[in-house]
Amino acid sequence: MTTLPTSTKKKLGLVIDLDTCVGCHACVISCKGWNTENYGAPLSDQDPYGGDPSGTFLNRVHSYEVQPLATSAMPHPAAQLVHFPKSCLHCEDAPCVTVCPTGASYKRVEDGIVLVNESDCIGCGLCAWACPYGAREMDAEEGVMKKCTLCVDRIYNENLPEVDREPVCVRTCPAGARHFGDFADPDSNVSRLTAERSGMDLMPEQGTKPVNQYLPPRPKDTLDQIDVLAPFLEPVMQESNGFLGWLDRTLEKI
Amino acid sequence: MHPAPSVIVFTTLSGLGFGLLAWLGIGMPVVTGWSAFAFFAVAYLLAVGGLISSTFHLGHPERALKAFTQWRSSWLSREAWAAVLALVVMGLYGAGLVFFGQRWSALGWIGAALSLGTVYTTSMIYGQMKTVPRWKTPLTSALYLTLSLAGGALLAGQVSFALILLPVAAVVQVLWWKRGDTALEQSGSTLASATGLARDGAVVRAFEPPHTGTNYLLREFVHVIGRKHARKLRLIALGLGFVLPVVLLLLPFSHVFGLVAVLSHVIGIAASRWLFFAEAEHVVGIYYGKRAA
Ligand code: SF4
Ligand code: SF4
Ligand code: SF4
Repeated sequence: MTTLPTSTKKKLGLVIDLDTCVGCHACVISCKGWNTENYGAPLSDQDPYGGDPSGTFLNRVHSYEVQPLATSAMPHPAAQLVHFPKSCLHCEDAPCVTVCPTGASYKRVEDGIVLVNESDCIGCGLCAWACPYGAREMDAEEGVMKKCTLCVDRIYNENLPEVDREPVCVRTCPAGARHFGDFADPDSNVSRLTAERSGMDLMPEQGTKPVNQYLPPRPKDTLDQIDVLAPFLEPVMQESNGFLGWLDRTLEKI
Repeated sequence: MHPAPSVIVFTTLSGLGFGLLAWLGIGMPVVTGWSAFAFFAVAYLLAVGGLISSTFHLGHPERALKAFTQWRSSWLSREAWAAVLALVVMGLYGAGLVFFGQRWSALGWIGAALSLGTVYTTSMIYGQMKTVPRWKTPLTSALYLTLSLAGGALLAGQVSFALILLPVAAVVQVLWWKRGDTALEQSGSTLASATGLARDGAVVRAFEPPHTGTNYLLREFVHVIGRKHARKLRLIALGLGFVLPVVLLLLPFSHVFGLVAVLSHVIGIAASRWLFFAEAEHVVGIYYGKRAA
């Protein structure tokens, strides 16, 4: 059913910390790895080792350069590089769901996850048109729409050790930049992080009410010059002697 | 957006076909027997041919029937219903005219309304798409409906109506283009809103895309067309779609002129449809630094 539920019991989603993400793309690779082997059609690649490779990914990491405004205190602030992972934000007002003519796209009442039932999908592509974030990709091999499932086949999976029952991108991230939890619970880890670090919506003007939240990068520390070791690092030998010294002087003369 | 040929053929031809059906439905012209058969055959070829071509871009056309299920929320599903209902009702009405020489006018009026309803549902698929600011306006529906009515009048031989409707459609087309040229700016979607990184006057620039190669999103949504190129095509669309047909209709009547007027109109509208997609900026392009805004 592609009408949206009026409310969902849980609001599962991710917090992505733009301050700590180092842009390693480990989440991209683990996502592709898990999702190509589990739920639904594999994530195909076209011409993977050729001259024009492309493929289906459910998570992609952009990089942006942010040039802070010059101030009198900081006349030449250094530009910052911000890595920006982007996957489905499991929007509350998901426009991708309501446009779907077949009912293949739906939002779950129990936890708010937005999913595609691939055996109903006709591959019209309309849902990808309706998503402002580019979170849906049509698989070129299978002709069905693929998107982040929030690893629905991990988070409730009793065959996995408890520690692995979270989305694989969160489990993999070496920088601790990704957090998974229930935004409907004001005391959850993700709700607290969002409140403490002023988490933000992407493209709020599109009215999609994304569940996933992004934590803005914090201002960089300014460190004083630390030079307690500097005296010990003075060059000890100013002039070389011995054979090398002779060689040096002789070569100098030539 | 990437202008997919199947979608351009579909919206152009079926728009004309349903326009013609609408005129036939209200009895302009009143035809029976063989001439009715000819008119209906042309209308059905256009409408059904367009619908069939639209299934070519589906990943799984064999499941197309499932598209009838979600009419409560999806304009594409509503379009499927409207198209089938219009074709069935107009088929019955046409059968009356062709085989029984009877004009069941109530049926005709219902069929005409359904035909225009189909064009409206098509227009709403695009008109409600918030991610493409150029499309997100009631003018999109106005454009599709006036084009369909004007083209239908041309095909139905309603010269005096065509002479009014073609200029009206041309005006709507120009207004639609004018509004569209600033629509992305007006929409408020920028790299700042997309990333949230432009705090305290900072300037954000797309530094690196996620992958060195291309992907579905770039192929489908980030088609960029040169401005000069677009301006020329707009002139072609206006000239062939509206000006030439009107001139030809004003000349003393001849079947050859009529035919040329129709062909010229179809080519002009196809050019306009190509631009409709090629010029449409999807906001996802902002994430890739591919939009001026
Ligand atoms: S991010 Fe896109 S695909 Fe995901 S729920 Fe929102 S609109 Fe739909
Ligand atoms: S591509 Fe599939 S999931 Fe997306 S709108 Fe079409 S039928 Fe629905
Ligand atoms: S794995 Fe973590 S640090 Fe690496 S790109 Fe993904 S979110 Fe960033």
